[in-house]
Amino acid sequence: MPRSSHGTNQHEEQEASVRPFWSGTITFGLVSIPVNLFPANRESRVALRMLGPEGEPLSREYYSSESGKDLESAETTRGYEVREGKYVTVSDEELERLSPEKSRDIDLRVFVKRDEISPLYFKRAYFLAPADKSGKAYRLLAETMERTGRAGIATFVMRGKEYLVAIFAERGILRAETLRFSDEIRTPRAVGLPEKRKEPPKAMVRRFESVIAKTTRKTLDLKEMRDEYSEGLLKLAKKKHLHHKDVVGIHPSKKRPENVVDLMEVLKRSLDRSGKKSKQAA
Amino acid sequence: MWKGILKVGSSAVPVKLYSAVENRDIHFHLLQSGTNSRVKQHMIRPDDREQVTEEQIRKGYEIEPGEFVVIKDTETQQLKPKESREVRFTRFVSPSAVGSEWYERPYYLGPDGEEAKYFALAEAIRNRKVEGIARWAMRGKSYVGAVLTYGDYLVLIKLRYAEEVLSVRELPAPTGRPLDEKELRMAEDLVSALEGEFNPEQFRDEYRHKLMEFIEAKARGKRPRLAAVKTRARGESIRDQLAKSLAALKRGKEKKVA
Repeated sequence: MPRSSHGTNQHEEQEASVRPFWSGTITFGLVSIPVNLFPANRESRVALRMLGPEGEPLSREYYSSESGKDLESAETTRGYEVREGKYVTVSDEELERLSPEKSRDIDLRVFVKRDEISPLYFKRAYFLAPADKSGKAYRLLAETMERTGRAGIATFVMRGKEYLVAIFAERGILRAETLRFSDEIRTPRAVGLPEKRKEPPKAMVRRFESVIAKTTRKTLDLKEMRDEYSEGLLKLAKKKHLHHKDVVGIHPSKKRPENVVDLMEVLKRSLDRSGKKSKQAA
Repeated sequence: MWKGILKVGSSAVPVKLYSAVENRDIHFHLLQSGTNSRVKQHMIRPDDREQVTEEQIRKGYEIEPGEFVVIKDTETQQLKPKESREVRFTRFVSPSAVGSEWYERPYYLGPDGEEAKYFALAEAIRNRKVEGIARWAMRGKSYVGAVLTYGDYLVLIKLRYAEEVLSVRELPAPTGRPLDEKELRMAEDLVSALEGEFNPEQFRDEYRHKLMEFIEAKARGKRPRLAAVKTRARGESIRDQLAKSLAALKRGKEKKVA
């Protein structure tokens, strides 16, 4: 779903993003494990709000291009433009009924070696949490996948779109990674990359190898992966705030809005709760 | 097309950047129900639902609830990285050091002249079995990426920033009674019966085709019939499910042999 970084419904969006992104069942063989899917990626933290002349936060609203009236989202629908100005509408229910099994099940059809999947395929990461007292079956699958170093591959439908997905386990937690379909990745030939006509000089390869060897490290350094722009923006905002420069606000209330929830907290709760539930059930 | 220079030690390898992905999503518009006319968006004041014009809008960072620091466009402009063609490697790591949650969007790197250098670097990266972590700035934005090989070629995959990745290390794994060894063995048997190679061509986006057919049928004035959504009946114990799965697989194999 497209999300504007300058979105005004920031609080609503944050609230929406911590509900399970998708709920369904992992199946393999005749085994089924109910799960909830949560995003493992989030937007970069520093987002700016749109403000009115008095510094009042604005909200983005839909309105009718015909009557000019504001519209609630219940008064809108999605349409595909079949030719100019002519639309075919498709409802949520129709999207689900097009492929009911795939909208409900992640059916693991093959288990592959995890490191066999080229990083070009990876799209978005998710965590899976057990649902409906499925704690034991969940832990069994996680343990098995971790022991065997395998990832289960499936396709499933989420929010009107089919995804190729890899499910694997890390530290007792099941993760899902959506993958691109092969026709979503262009080939080097289609891009027009030149063929390798002759082998590069051995000495040149060795020179590169020695530079690489010298700068090879065991792990990533998170300091090298920082969002410097967001950090700069935050620093600037704090500095201006300290000097009372360009600070505005209409209803400054010191209470944090209740619907602002940290995604990590929701995930922790969701995984913790499921563990307790399975203990009770056992 | 963006052109860059990979800096490796004292060598410079000129490259061109090409998108490696092709978006095939079916694109919908938001319409007003009933009239099927396009919906527009505007910014309003929530209090009196009064529209605010473009010129009046300012951007602010919410430093405390309800309190904003206005950030001017000239200020954000100054925070943007300086224009540069340089792609700078910060380190090389084993591919296993980069979790899949980091990878976001792949680009091909092609040689921009000096083909020997380009293919030599690709061969060196392949021989060392590493990925190069790189930083670069492109069109006013700063990026972090991983340079790796794909066949004979170099690929640059845009990585997410550290702030955008939730670490599995911070999460509690679900707990419970120790797992049953017999059930674990059954699960392992089932997984190994379903082992195979990752062959992405074998998976098609069937849903996209179905959806397109459905839209086309509707455009012709038809009302295609759709399946009903059934809910799954609540199942048996995990051990029974595993036993039945293994038995079904065994039957399948016997049939194939016979």
